[in-house]
Amino acid sequence: MSAVTVNQIGIERSPGLWALAWKRLMADRVAIVSMLIVIFFLLLSLAAFFGFVAKDWNREIAINYAPPTLFKDSHKPSSDLKAGAVDSGPAVDGAAAKPEFINDRDPLRDTINELKQQLGQSTGAAVDSGIKIVDPLADVMIELRKQLGRTGDGAAKVVEEKRLDSLPLGADKWGRDVLAKVIQGSETSILVGFAAAIVATIMGTLLGALAGYYGGKTDDALNWFYSIFSSIPYILLVLAIAAVLKQKGVVTVVLILGLTGWTSIFRLVRAEYLKHKARDYVRAANAIGASHARRMFVHIFPNISHVVLVQLSLHVVLFIKSEVILSFLGFGVPVDVVSWGSMLNESQNELILGYWWQLAAATAFMAVLVTAFSLFTDALRDALDPKLK
Amino acid sequence: MMAYIVRRLWQILPTMAGVILLIFFLFNVVGGDPAYLLAGKISNPEQIANIRKQLGIDEPYWVQLWIFVKQVVTFDFGASWSTNEVVSHIFATRLPASLMIGIPLLALDTAITVAIALGVAYVRGSFTDRAAMITCTVAQSVSILVYIIIFQYVLAYKFGWFPVQGWGNGFFENLFKFAALPILIGLVVSLAPNIRLYRTFILDEVNQDYVRTARAKGLSENRVMFVHVLRNASIPIITNLMIQLPGLLVGLFLIERFFSVPGIGREVILAVERSDFPVIKAVTIYVALATMLANLAADLMYKAVDPRVELK
Repeated sequence: MSAVTVNQIGIERSPGLWALAWKRLMADRVAIVSMLIVIFFLLLSLAAFFGFVAKDWNREIAINYAPPTLFKDSHKPSSDLKAGAVDSGPAVDGAAAKPEFINDRDPLRDTINELKQQLGQSTGAAVDSGIKIVDPLADVMIELRKQLGRTGDGAAKVVEEKRLDSLPLGADKWGRDVLAKVIQGSETSILVGFAAAIVATIMGTLLGALAGYYGGKTDDALNWFYSIFSSIPYILLVLAIAAVLKQKGVVTVVLILGLTGWTSIFRLVRAEYLKHKARDYVRAANAIGASHARRMFVHIFPNISHVVLVQLSLHVVLFIKSEVILSFLGFGVPVDVVSWGSMLNESQNELILGYWWQLAAATAFMAVLVTAFSLFTDALRDALDPKLK
Repeated sequence: MMAYIVRRLWQILPTMAGVILLIFFLFNVVGGDPAYLLAGKISNPEQIANIRKQLGIDEPYWVQLWIFVKQVVTFDFGASWSTNEVVSHIFATRLPASLMIGIPLLALDTAITVAIALGVAYVRGSFTDRAAMITCTVAQSVSILVYIIIFQYVLAYKFGWFPVQGWGNGFFENLFKFAALPILIGLVVSLAPNIRLYRTFILDEVNQDYVRTARAKGLSENRVMFVHVLRNASIPIITNLMIQLPGLLVGLFLIERFFSVPGIGREVILAVERSDFPVIKAVTIYVALATMLANLAADLMYKAVDPRVELK
């Protein structure tokens, strides 16, 4: 852990910035725990990315709205649908409130869901009551369906393997495993968060370095550019770009978030370059004939990289939160990609029917990751810049 | 003073020009010909031709830009593509609802967070302080969406303490009946980050020499904290408030959407869903202008709070 090395003359070299920071970080128990949680989530999303876990999140393996295993007895599997709407309490007129509650949604989609619901229910009921459909092609059909994924094809849905009546974290309205979904959602949200943060950091650092290092006209021009982006509230700019770019995709979301979110990094990096460019070590580099680019990125950058690292970490959290909101509104990742935001969107209507587990799962996963990441960022900042504390 | 204000206003011009260019680039260059967007929405081809003519789609870009600049200066963005409502009328009728939620929210939020932040900063390092900070960190990590979904479901839908959604006509009916739950949710969401922020502002002050001097003079702790420390910590707090002010217009868009409050934020969401470009363009331009004016107002307020500040 200690990076103290002995050089040839035998004098102890003092540890560098990173070694010291690492030592301080390791002395902080909260930092270690939160770092382990973040690493766990990263590994989880990488595993999901390469298809080791949650690959089959799209398969309907349980009955619709199968409850979590722990709460199996308190929930009747399928007859809850109507009951949920009626027991809405005396003060709110249940019949009037329910349609209003979901009026921002596409009515067609609701009808389709309703149909799927009934279809799923009848299948579930048939299997539950023990009627085995003897069909020589059943296995082939199941295999086909597995390969095709859920295509919404009604004919393929009729024959189905036995569905589970509970899952560790329950199932959604099509009987898909919420645990697998939430892991897939972690993958999407974390990947988008990191990628967008990297885009924003590169852009902010590059422009900040140019503005701070060159000063003068370059600085004026880049400051003008900065003032344009910083005068439009972030979320409004994101929405405006989302309105123009109609083709949705994970890359689009990354670019929208990254290309609008670089402003605070720009300001900080610019200030650091202003401070450093007149220092002796940079003038010495100039004296030995280092080019501008070399001075900027080989000499100065390592000395300000801790600022950049903390900003990168801060922005991952910011962008994960933004992605969730965008996807919730339907302006984020496409419909066939599951994200925490789209899960929250589905759970909004499930909650009225009394199915709370998808909401709980997405909330808990997101809260744990974001809390751990925020605590880790705080610890990282304290470790890298002890003066701030 | 006057010279300073005039110079600052003058400096807004280039930034405003940049914002106009950016929005123009987004909607006219990247967005392309609106006829493709409108084809599915407006069945009358004459109307589409009319909109294209208004925007000057067949003209070169500099003519289109000139048309856009004229729209910004004259506050005339024409009519919404979806509802045919005049954009300036949308602004005038949606603004009151946004302000009715935003202003009480900002006032309550500031009063409560400053009080709590002073409290936890006073007992800094203690168990209370650390517990409050951990609570804030965790509370901040839960998405605003979750707060809205759960509060709306439990308090309005299950318990029936508040209307599930909607908006009335009377001022007091709106404020105390329909705006109450949105304000409450807004408070819950904004408390955690603001307490953390204001606590650091106050901590920057409590170790200063003047605080020690005030204590040495025998002043009461209340006077030290509320008069001496708070007055100095109020400079960054005012900046933060001023930065939040223009964001209020759109910042509450999720709450407005969930509760069907006819405000600017909900209008923005609807406009994005419907590709209603005139509304989005107008909101973006004027909110950006409001942000720049709010920054100027913040600088002027520094001067009022702290006579040492030199406006240059």
